[in-house]
Amino acid sequence: MSNNDKTLGKDSFRRDIPQTTSLSRTSQESLALPKVLVLTGYGINCEEETAKCFEMAGATAKIVHINDLIENPKQLDDYQIMAFPGGFSYGDDTGSGNALANKIKNNIEKEILDFAKQDKLIIGICNGFQILTNLGLVPAKDKAYGERQAVLMHNAHARYECRWIKLKNTSQKCVWTRNIDTLDCPVAHGEGNFYAEKNIIDSLIKNDQIAFKYVKPDNSPANQEFPFNPNGAMLDIAGVCDESGRILGLMPHPERFNSFTNEYDWPKEKEKLLREGKSLPTIGKGLQVFKNAVEYFTK
Amino acid sequence: MPFPRFRDIFCAGGLLNVLKNMAHRIEVLTHVNDTRSKVMTNKLKSLGFNVKNSTVLEVYTVNKEFSPEKITKIANLLSNSISQKYKINEPFKNIPFDFALEIGFLPGVTDNIATTARETIEDAFKEKFLGQESVHTSMLIFLEGKLTQEDTEKIGSTLANDLIQRIHIKDKSQYDKENGMDTIVPKVNLKEEISVDLVDLNISEEELLKIGKEGILSKDGTRRGPLALEKDYLYAIKKYFEKLGRSPTDIELESLAQTWSEHCKHTIFAAELDETKDGLYKGYIKKATQEIRKKKGKNDFCVSVFSDNSGAIIFDENYLITDKAETHNSPSALDPFGGSITGIVGVNRDTIGFGQGAKPIINKYGFCTGFPEDKEPIYKDKALKKQALSPRRILDGVVAGVNSGGNQSGIPTPQGFVCFHDGYKGKPLIFVGTVGVIPREINGKSSCEKLAKNGDYIVVIGGRVGQDGIHGATFSSEALSEGSPATAVQIGDPITQKKLSDAIVKEARDMELYTSITDNGAGGLSCSVAEMAKESGGCEVDLDKVPLKYPNLEPWKIWISESQERMTLSIPEEKLERFTDLMTRRGVEATVIGKFTESGHCIVRYKGEKIMDIDMEFLHDGLPEKHLVSIYTKPNHTEPDFEKPENLTETLLEMLARPNIASYEFIPRQYDHIVQGTAVLGPLQGTGRVISPSSVTKPFLETNKGIICSQGINPSYSEIDTYHMAACTIDTAIRNAVATGAPISHMALMDNFCWCSSTEEERLGQLKSAVKACYDYSVAFETPFISGKDSMFNDFKGFDREGNSIKISVPPTLLASSISVIDDITKSISLDPKFPGDLIYIIGETSDELGASEYFAHISAKQKEKFIGNKVPKVDAIKAKTLYEKFNKATQDRLISSALSPSIGGLAVTLAKKAIAGQLGMEIDLSKIPREKTLDREDFLLFSETQSRFVVTIDPNKREEFEKLFKGEKIAHVGQILDTQEFTIKDLNGETIVDTDVKTLEEAYKSTFKNY
Repeated sequence: MSNNDKTLGKDSFRRDIPQTTSLSRTSQESLALPKVLVLTGYGINCEEETAKCFEMAGATAKIVHINDLIENPKQLDDYQIMAFPGGFSYGDDTGSGNALANKIKNNIEKEILDFAKQDKLIIGICNGFQILTNLGLVPAKDKAYGERQAVLMHNAHARYECRWIKLKNTSQKCVWTRNIDTLDCPVAHGEGNFYAEKNIIDSLIKNDQIAFKYVKPDNSPANQEFPFNPNGAMLDIAGVCDESGRILGLMPHPERFNSFTNEYDWPKEKEKLLREGKSLPTIGKGLQVFKNAVEYFTK
Repeated sequence: MPFPRFRDIFCAGGLLNVLKNMAHRIEVLTHVNDTRSKVMTNKLKSLGFNVKNSTVLEVYTVNKEFSPEKITKIANLLSNSISQKYKINEPFKNIPFDFALEIGFLPGVTDNIATTARETIEDAFKEKFLGQESVHTSMLIFLEGKLTQEDTEKIGSTLANDLIQRIHIKDKSQYDKENGMDTIVPKVNLKEEISVDLVDLNISEEELLKIGKEGILSKDGTRRGPLALEKDYLYAIKKYFEKLGRSPTDIELESLAQTWSEHCKHTIFAAELDETKDGLYKGYIKKATQEIRKKKGKNDFCVSVFSDNSGAIIFDENYLITDKAETHNSPSALDPFGGSITGIVGVNRDTIGFGQGAKPIINKYGFCTGFPEDKEPIYKDKALKKQALSPRRILDGVVAGVNSGGNQSGIPTPQGFVCFHDGYKGKPLIFVGTVGVIPREINGKSSCEKLAKNGDYIVVIGGRVGQDGIHGATFSSEALSEGSPATAVQIGDPITQKKLSDAIVKEARDMELYTSITDNGAGGLSCSVAEMAKESGGCEVDLDKVPLKYPNLEPWKIWISESQERMTLSIPEEKLERFTDLMTRRGVEATVIGKFTESGHCIVRYKGEKIMDIDMEFLHDGLPEKHLVSIYTKPNHTEPDFEKPENLTETLLEMLARPNIASYEFIPRQYDHIVQGTAVLGPLQGTGRVISPSSVTKPFLETNKGIICSQGINPSYSEIDTYHMAACTIDTAIRNAVATGAPISHMALMDNFCWCSSTEEERLGQLKSAVKACYDYSVAFETPFISGKDSMFNDFKGFDREGNSIKISVPPTLLASSISVIDDITKSISLDPKFPGDLIYIIGETSDELGASEYFAHISAKQKEKFIGNKVPKVDAIKAKTLYEKFNKATQDRLISSALSPSIGGLAVTLAKKAIAGQLGMEIDLSKIPREKTLDREDFLLFSETQSRFVVTIDPNKREEFEKLFKGEKIAHVGQILDTQEFTIKDLNGETIVDTDVKTLEEAYKSTFKNY
């Protein structure tokens, strides 16, 4: 089996079509590139586009079912990056991200914590972020990996919200948000309202762990104002990392901004560029998040 | 409506009782950011209840012995240590309240959270729940305020649906005395004695017809629920069993009723009608597709039409796209949430069940209800005890159901509509649709082919079978009335289906582990197994192998239950082990229930005994042919006679706020329309977030090829002429897509007919006329139908507040859906104007076509009269097709910067929506608009609903090229986009008749559903 076949046997990842992105690499190079384990199962549903974004950023990604990981946790040794994609694991029953975190804790907690403590990267997007907080991989104050220190609660307006918002990178430390100042990005969640007790919040600020904050279009703080801050999160927190900056949890979905034409207002941007005689970009700005992870191992 | 504090619940099929026992009760309280309680308080206040405060707790009832340490661990697993606190087997103290209200599920009703909790507990201790051990959830609400027992009961009935939920109330003193609420285990207790009854058909005709209408007579004297078998069907069955020399068993009769139901066999569309020997389906719809495919020859893009669970067309050299739309009207009328969630996940299975299994990539919806502000009650019974759900409650419920089903399944929902009409008040129309994608070949074989072979195992996967959804298929073939069965209610479990879907479409399919697959929808196993058995030529089923939700379910119920999230597969012997192993690893239950055979018989056994043996031929083709007769008396309405309104600015603002025009942004906002990362153009467009009638999706991240979906629906036109209603509906579905950049050369259609009283000759006449239009316009546009569905009895029979008998029928409704392929999605066009200075053009001529228009409806409401008129819009397909081809050329050449096609509300509403979307002002000169010579009333010109028109904006530099391309067509430059926020329209004499600004327009457009 070739490397590519192994990574993605899914119909939506066609290998026969030339990549349209300049970020992709040839297969000869791929040996030196990081390998990503993208978790799936039990209602996780963003695994394909998340894996695809890692591939577009140059990594090799494999989608692994949680039960297969539980059966063979040693396979984690083969990977440098682990991704907890978005979705509705267990339908948010017993609290968003809680049941899948319980499944991990009940079976492979040690292996996951070991992975987290190594010089490796972990990202949790949306429901993945909810899983990471329940697992205690973020914020992990005092490196207390495994201890739940924060919670993503029901949106302040108590409804699922799907819309584009604007993020500001507020962390120097976070590996995943490098080379990003602001980023337009979509959210789609019912429980994204970040809450932690004061001592945790204080340490997040002190340790530069707030990776993304919601801002207004003019980059001023959203100040919990809807719709700029879509869920009422404290301090407009959209994403936090651990103290090392290697583990990121965020509510917005950068993988859904993989192409230029994903962006909410792209037709206007297109019209502007065409009238200026410029060509249209192909890739989306959300890919930078995944590119940063790849570059952590290649640069 | 009094709710007894504590009650036994009797349901058809057995006594379900609510038991107290020694199970553990865990109450979970959220103590920070308790949004749920806040929302509850606000909701109850807004409903007028005297509630000062409410506190909502989650309750888990764990019906299994655990040590104190273990139960504490369980409580920790099920709650959040930061935001929540719990109590085990004791109540919380210090929560202020006057009444405590607990809402839980009735026995046997699917409880998804409980299923997850149980799995978590089993996983934590590596210990299975056995026998009757179980977990249940409920919601406990502490209410503080000046309330009476009666108020609290009313709150209970507002929050709960008594078809599926139980309510338990204690006032403060009782609560304190009894130390909290009771620990209740809602367990299904069915009679252990199971019998299969023979049904004697040698009875009087009256008795025979009663079996058809009300169901088989049980020993206890009750009827089992409608079989919807008409007289000639009953006699055909009687004759068949006379020949066999025996009486049918109950399961045989139930099975025939399912298979022969209008819902499954589409008997009205199949029947000979007047001079049409082939019937409406073969004689018009299918015929149109055949003719178009022949004409298109090499360019035919249809691959699988009308034969599988979905229709399929070519996407590119490697992939097909599938499409299917369904309705879930009757279940949604009884339980809107349950009806719509099972609708959306059900139509997803029509994708998963296409060919060898397609992957769902787009969800679509359409909600037709009564006007949500209509508070006039209607009742199901003469005693006025059973009130039908209000339009608002139905709307809220169906919106929430698709939210839950679609979002949890990880399928984007970028496409949908709402439509309000008084005729939808009794029975709503709830449309759901799914587009899928599948490789054209899988391991070198066509992905469309499926063939269950003699000797293959019959395997069911997914959810378990319970009493839910009994008689769904036959129930939907009847009008809604007091006797409609509560067991027809279904509860969805999207995660069980998601696991199933992933395991099939993403793994088992490409491993070729099965030979055929189909959905368990209407009629349950009785339809799915019997349908697949056609491929091999027979089947033998052991019903006692079917996994059940609870013991002692009668065989006939197991066979026809429509319990959700199940699919049936045929699996060759040598692949069975690999298949079941894969399913086990994916947490999907898979069970062998029998074998496909070539015996020519459908045989069912229960505990070794043969309880059903019917010839396949009789089962599928034994139903007598129907010969229907129709008439159509076209109405002649008086032409409306009213003065042009003096203030057209005000009229425009009022039009924008009408429910059928106003923004329903609250729906797309709560539907994930961007999951899978494939979104291009969605339900909301432009800075001003205006609802778009079409959507664009790029299914593969690597290529720019895309899918454009759109929908059309024009029920009000049926008041004048169903032929033109259908023509306009089709044109709407096509031109909305064309406006977005779709080529009609690669566009297919689907039809969903929702009719009423379809035994009446006049209704059939209306139907025939509409179907004729489908043929005419499909052929003229060369847009083939690839799939369709019909629902023929959308009537409500009940009583008004005086107890007078009423019948509310839906207006004859056709939903047309279009699906098309665009080669380069960067050439798709959004509806919002982009820059000041851009030129506004109108393409297409406007005629005096206001018959049954929204404008006439508006004036009717204002003047308290009923203006309908006769000048319904008509479509000239030949002209329109040429125009659409030119339009597509213009989009290919990037000449158009924004586009929106006028529909309900006409030009004025379209212009206003564009201004709102772009957040840019515009000035319009009505005298420039291409119009029919006799049309000289400004209000008519503004609001006429003439079809086949577009409003576009273009870059001034493209003007020459644009005008050259449209040479010979009726187009005109009518105004420009401004760099201010002003919105003005000049009349035919150059006087300003509309003078407002973008903000005012936006407020009107967004005011109606602001608080939804």
